[in-house]
This record gives sequence, structure tokens and C-alpha cells, in this order.
Amino acid sequence: MSEHIIDINNLVKHFGDNAVIDGISLSVSKGEVVVLIGPSGCGKSTLLRCLNGLEPIQGGTVTLHGEPVIHGDKSLYKVRQKIGMVFQSYDLFPHLTVLKNIMLSPIKVQKRDKAEVEAKARELLERVGLSDKADSYPSELSGGQKQRVAICRSLIMDPEIMLLDEITAALDPEMVHEVLNVVLDLAKNGTTMMIVTHEMAFAEAVADRVIFMDGGVIVEEGAPSEFFRNPKTERAQRFLKTFTYTK
Amino acid sequence: MQGIEVLFMGNNMLRLLSGLWVTIRISLISIGFSLILGTLLGAVMTSKNPVVKAVCRVYLEIVRIMPQLVWLFVVFFGVTKLTGLNLGGETSAVIVFTIWGAAEMGDLVRGAFLAIPRHQFESSLSLGLSKTQMYVFIIFPQAIRGLIPNVINLSTRMIKTTALVSLIGVTEVLKVGKQIIDANRFEYPNAAIWVYAAIFFMYFLICFPLSMASRALTKKQQGGE
Repeated sequence: MSEHIIDINNLVKHFGDNAVIDGISLSVSKGEVVVLIGPSGCGKSTLLRCLNGLEPIQGGTVTLHGEPVIHGDKSLYKVRQKIGMVFQSYDLFPHLTVLKNIMLSPIKVQKRDKAEVEAKARELLERVGLSDKADSYPSELSGGQKQRVAICRSLIMDPEIMLLDEITAALDPEMVHEVLNVVLDLAKNGTTMMIVTHEMAFAEAVADRVIFMDGGVIVEEGAPSEFFRNPKTERAQRFLKTFTYTK
Repeated sequence: MQGIEVLFMGNNMLRLLSGLWVTIRISLISIGFSLILGTLLGAVMTSKNPVVKAVCRVYLEIVRIMPQLVWLFVVFFGVTKLTGLNLGGETSAVIVFTIWGAAEMGDLVRGAFLAIPRHQFESSLSLGLSKTQMYVFIIFPQAIRGLIPNVINLSTRMIKTTALVSLIGVTEVLKVGKQIIDANRFEYPNAAIWVYAAIFFMYFLICFPLSMASRALTKKQQGGE
């Protein structure tokens, strides 16, 4: 097995008395694309948020390359530079142009050279088909374009892993495709990713491994071909059935 | 046009202008203090501590419920009575307008911060920004953009409300106007309309550009840019 990027060991997360994540262990290897699926509220988004310390956890450990990820700890600033995260809501900074959105953290956080960062930013924009939008403001972009910029903004930090949290859930259907194509392209180029999505066809296309969660635990996991055609557990079968429309 | 000549008799116009200067001086100093104290208060008001929140709320409500005129009397007469300290009219005015302005400003600042969506904070942190960097580069610029039109509105309200200070003996523009009218009551009974028109015009000259600026900024923001 190739090297692990992230190791999650017996992770527990409560909201009040409610255990949203109830003992999850999972490792993601370099270059692997893991897709998390499951019914709403099953804890998949929360799991991603725990991985870069946005949520305090009540038990277990998360490590990135062996370094612990601890909510509220100073070391988080270092850890987060290595974890790219894109959210469901369009979270670009509205007061900055597309280019400046992308360039902010490499310059301010990683203290990289401005010229190098700008060249890299333009290259990334080109890659996602938005080179003509560099000087636009987020309000002038469509939802799909915003998400593509958000992906560039994370990628420019050279993260070791990308966490994508339902990044197409708020998009109009015709824009979902353009965003998913970008992600598919990343997967082909060996980017390590953990993806939460409700797009089953996309999940099947992009995943190396599918993890089905329900009630805060991993119910089933396996290769996408296996899981989607031949789910073993009854809960997974029931879940997948809701995505096929039958009269 | 009978009575208009009163405006230009002797040094009447100069007196009106120096009255206007008193208005502007009180307003500017109070607005300046309100900006500083209000920003601090607003930052305190976003605190999650229930006691701090309650204290701020009570302060804000008391300041809002009591008319500014009552505050002027309380400070001007009350402080002297209680402490024997003789505050001048203008100083009292600045104190009252700062108490009021800081409260309103604090509420505006609080609102501006709360209006920033949670994911702006989260995506800043996810990008590895420190808390300070997050506030400096992401949160403050957005909060200030939302604040400017409201701050300008508050400033025009404060400028107009300073007319009340004539009631504690400060000779600002409205008071000067009244003196001019009274002095010419018998010779030029129609002078009042012209003097008030001149004062109206002076207030307009100060407040209108501010209102325009506020509207332009609001528009610019709705354009999203």
C-alpha cells in the first residue's frame, strides 16, 4: 500500500447528545479518490469538517502525514495549508477579484513570490476554462464558475489532499457538469481527494473507493463498480434505490 | 422679496456662518468619537458572553429610548448639580452626541459583522489564514463596505439633531438665525422666512452630498462590485 495522507482513527463527534460521527476509522492513500455517500445528516460533511479542524471532536484522532489535526490548536494553520477544502456554498471573497481570491493565501500565508503565484493562478484559471474571468468579481460569475474558481483557490496552495463538500449541491443542473469535469480532471492527474456528493454517476466515475455512511458509521465500502452494481448491505441497497425513479 | 436684505445687513451672514461652524464643529467631534468608541462597542457587542451582551443591549436601549434633548438636559444641568463641575454647553453637547452616536454606531458595527456569512470565516481558515489575517484581509473589508452607507446616514442624522443644543445655550446656526429674526422683527416682519431658508440651504449643503455619497455606495454594493 502506498503512503497514507490522512488517517482517521475511531473518530467521534457529538452535537449535544447526538453522535453525528460514532467511531469512524479510515485512511486515504496518496493519489486515491474516496467518495463519501449516504443519506442527509449521516455525518459525511461533518467528517470532512473534522479533517481540517473546523469542528472540535470528542474522541479518536485525525492525522495528516502523521501530524495530528487538533481543533483550536496553533498547528492547525500549518496543517490547513496542506488540506484544500471547497464548500457547498459559493464561498469566494466578494470584495476581491477572481485573481486576487486565488492569490491571497499563497502570498499571505505561504509567503510565496507574487509573480510566481500570479503565473500559477492564471495557469489554473486556464485549466478550468476561466482565464477571461481573472479580473471579474465573484458577483459577476455563475455558480458553476464560482465553484471552479474556489477549486483553483485551494489548488494553488499545492494541498496534499482536497476535501470537496457537496460542491455541486447548490448549482443549477446545467452547471453541475462543468464543475464535475474539473474534478474528474484532477482525479486523472493523481490529486488525492475526499468527495462528498449526491451525484451517483459522478461518484462512480471518479471514485477509487466508495464509502457509504449512515447514522455516523461506515456501513459499507468498496470499489465503485462493486458497490453500485452489487451493494451488500440492505441499507446501501435501500439508499441506492432512492436514486432510481420507478413508478 | 421683502426681508431678504436682512441676510446681508451688517455681519448677519458672517454670524450665520459662524453659527454653522459651531454646528459643524460639534457634529464632527461627536462623529469622530462615535466612530472610534462605536467600533470598539460593536466589537464588544459581538461577544458571546451573555452578561456582556445584556449590558450592551441595555445601554443601547436606554440611549435610544430617551430623547436626545433629555440627555442634553441631564448632562448639562445634572452633571453640574451632582458634581459641581461646570460643563460648557458645547462640551455637554459633544458628550451627549458621542453617547448617542457610539451606541448607534456600535449597533451598526455589530450588524455589519453578523451579516458576514459563516462560510466566509470558514473558508478563510481553511486556506490557512491566521485569525488576524482573516479579519484584516477578509472580514473587515467586507464589514466596512456594508457599514459606510449606514455610517453616513447616522452622521447626517447627528448633524441635524445638533440643532437641539441651542436649548442648552449653545449659539449654533439655528440660534443665530433666531437672534437675527428677533432683532429685525418690527422693521422686517418677513425676514424669518429668508433666514430659515438660508439655514435650510446650509444644512442641505452639508447633508445632501453625504446622502448622495451614501446612495452611490449602496448602489455600488448592490451591483455587487
